[in-house]
Amino acid sequence: MAEQTAEQTEQGAERTPQWAMAIDLDRCTGCEACVVACASENNVPTAGEDQAAMGRTKHWIRIDRYYEGEFPDIKVKYRPVMCQQCDEAPCEPVCPVNATYQNAEGLNVQIYNRCIGTRYCANNCPYTVRFFNWFAPEWAEPLNLQLNPDVSIRPSGVVEKCTFCAHKIKRAKLDADAQGRELADGDVQPACVQSCPAEAMVFGDMTDPDSKVARQLGSGRSGQLLESLGTKPRVFYLEKAD
Amino acid sequence: MDAIQSTTPIAVSSHGSVRDDLLGRMRGASGLYLVSVAACGTIVAWALFAWGYQIVNGFGSTGVRRPVYWGFYIVNFVFWIGISHAGTLISAILRLTGAEWRKPVTRAAEAITVFCLMIGGLFPLIHISRPWFFYWMLPYPNERLLWPNFRSPLFWDLTAILTYLAGSVIYLYLPLIPDLAELARHNKGAKRRIYRALSLGWTGSDRQWQALERSMKLMAVVILAIAVSVHSVVAYDFSMSVMPTWHNTIFAPYFVVGAIFSGIAALVLVMAALRKLMGLEGYLREVHFVNLSKLLLLMSLIWGYFTFSEHLTTWYGNLPSEIRVFQIREHGLYGMLFWTMVACNFVVPLVLLGISRLRSIPTIAVSSAAVLVGMWLERFLIVIPPLSTPPLAAASGSYAPSWIELSITAGTFAAMVLLYLLFVKAFPIIAIWEYDDGVRAR
Repeated sequence: MAEQTAEQTEQGAERTPQWAMAIDLDRCTGCEACVVACASENNVPTAGEDQAAMGRTKHWIRIDRYYEGEFPDIKVKYRPVMCQQCDEAPCEPVCPVNATYQNAEGLNVQIYNRCIGTRYCANNCPYTVRFFNWFAPEWAEPLNLQLNPDVSIRPSGVVEKCTFCAHKIKRAKLDADAQGRELADGDVQPACVQSCPAEAMVFGDMTDPDSKVARQLGSGRSGQLLESLGTKPRVFYLEKAD
Repeated sequence: MDAIQSTTPIAVSSHGSVRDDLLGRMRGASGLYLVSVAACGTIVAWALFAWGYQIVNGFGSTGVRRPVYWGFYIVNFVFWIGISHAGTLISAILRLTGAEWRKPVTRAAEAITVFCLMIGGLFPLIHISRPWFFYWMLPYPNERLLWPNFRSPLFWDLTAILTYLAGSVIYLYLPLIPDLAELARHNKGAKRRIYRALSLGWTGSDRQWQALERSMKLMAVVILAIAVSVHSVVAYDFSMSVMPTWHNTIFAPYFVVGAIFSGIAALVLVMAALRKLMGLEGYLREVHFVNLSKLLLLMSLIWGYFTFSEHLTTWYGNLPSEIRVFQIREHGLYGMLFWTMVACNFVVPLVLLGISRLRSIPTIAVSSAAVLVGMWLERFLIVIPPLSTPPLAAASGSYAPSWIELSITAGTFAAMVLLYLLFVKAFPIIAIWEYDDGVRAR
C-alpha cells in the first residue's frame, strides 16, 4: 500500500492517505470527553435505563480501566478503545453479505444498508467494539435536537461502529479541494481527537513521514492492542516502557 | 419386557398381513391424537406470534445483548441440525453395511432428518435481525452485481444445509415410492390420485426395482458425505473465529460426533413413542433398541473422549484469554450446567447402557432423553460462555433469554412432534416393502 502511494505521488496523482491514530496512554486522564464527543458527533442513540442495565448501551469509544496494585496503594490506567480499523480485520471475512470491508484508505467501513444482522462480525471482533441496533434509534430529550446532519441514522437491526469520523475526512477533503490545495496534516480531526483536553490522541496519515501520527509511531513507545492476534490495528497505543 | 421378547412379530406371517396391519394403523385418529395435534398446533402458533413480535418490535425484544450477540437461536440451530443426523446414520450406514435389523427403523429415522432440517434451517432466519433480506446471502443475479461473501462460514452453512435438506428429502422419498403405489391401490378418490401422482408411475417392474436399489445405494453414499460436511461446516462457524476456545481444531469432528450422538438419542425416543402410541411392539422390538443403545454407548464414549481432550488442552495450555472461559464454564451457574451435561451425556449412558443387567427399553429411553438434554447443554456451553468472556475483560457481559426465545424454542419442539404426528397418518412409518423384503430374505 505504501509503495503504491509513493508511486502515485510521484506521478502527481492524488495520494491515498493511510489513516491511523496514536493514543498516548501516559497522557490519558480517563475524563471521557472523547466518549461524549463521539456520541454527539456520530448520532449514537441513547439506550435508556432498562436497556443500559441489560448491557445494551452503545459507545463507539469506551475507556477501559486497568488497576495496578492493591487498595489503597492503587494506580489506575485508562485505555480508550474504539474500532481498531484492523488491516487484517476478523470482522470482515465472516460477514455473509460483504457488509463490511476495508477501503483504500485503510478504514473498516460498515455498509448499514447491506447489513442483515447476523451479528457474526460483532462476535468475531476481539476488541468488542461493534454495536448492534436493538431497536429503532431514540434519543433522550433534548439530545434529539442536536443530531448531526452529516451522519446517517442507523435503522433497527444493523451493526455499527467507530468510522474514524469518515464524514469529517470527507469534509476535510472537500474543503481542501475547494481551496485548491492538498490535504494537510491535522486537517482531519475525529471528534475524540478534537475533544481530548490532554491532547492524548493524534490522527493522521501514517504514510506521510512528516505527519504527527507518523512521528508518534516512530517514538519507540508505540504498540497495538492484542497485537499477538495479528489483526494489525491502525490504532496505536503509546506507553512508557516499564 | 418378557412379553416383548416372546412376541413373534405379528406381521411376519405373510406379506398381506404386514401391509394390511401397517395401512390399518394410518386410518382413523384417537382422541389422544387429536388433542396432541391441537396442543402442538397451539404452541407452534404461539411461537410464530413470538417471532412476529420480534420482527415488528425489533430484535431487542430477545434477551441477546453485548457481548453475547448469539443466544438461544444458535444453540437451537446447532442442536436441531445435530439431531438431523439420526436419519443419515441409521439409514445410510446401516444400508451400506447391509445390517438387516435396520429395516423397521429407517423411515422413522429419515423422517427425523427432514423435519429437523426444516426446523433447524429456520433458526438462521429467526436469528438474523432483518430476515426480509435473507436472500442477500444467496448468489442471485441482481442489477448491482452484488455477490454474497464466499469467505463467510455462514455462506458455507447456507449452502451445506440447503444441499443436505434437498438430499435428505430425496433420500426419504426414494424408499417411499413403492409404498406410495401401495397406498394408491388401497385408497379412493382424491387421496388415491395424490398417492398415485406421488408414486411417479411405479408399477413394480424389475427394471424399476433395480433403478430404485441403485439410486438408494448412490444416495446413501452421497448423503453420508454431505452429513459429515454439514456438521463440520456448522462447527466452522465457531472454529473459524478468533474467539478464545472457539478457535479450535477439534470442533469439526467433535460436532459430527455430537450430532450423531444426539441423533441416535432422538431416534430412540421417537421409536419408543411410536411403539407405545401406535402399538408397534411387533415391529420395533427390543433387539432394535438394544442395537441402537450399543451405538449410543459407543458415541457416548467417543463424546467423553473428545470433551476430555478439549477441556484438558484448554486447561493445560493456560492461555490467559482461554483460561477465563474455562473458569467460568467449570464454576458457578455455567459450572452447574457443565456438570449436568457430563452426567447426562456420559455418566447416565455409561451406567444404564454399559451394565447389561440394567439395559432395557425404558432405561434406553431414559438415557436417550438424558443425552438430548446433555447435548442441548453442550451447545449452550459452547455458544454462550466464550462470548460472555471476550479477550478484553472490560467488555465482559452476560445473557439470559427473554420470553421470545423461550416461546420459539418450545415452539420448535412442538413443531417436531406435530410434523411427526401428521407424517404417521399420511405415510406408513415402517417401510412396508422393505420390511417384507427383509422377512422374505430371512
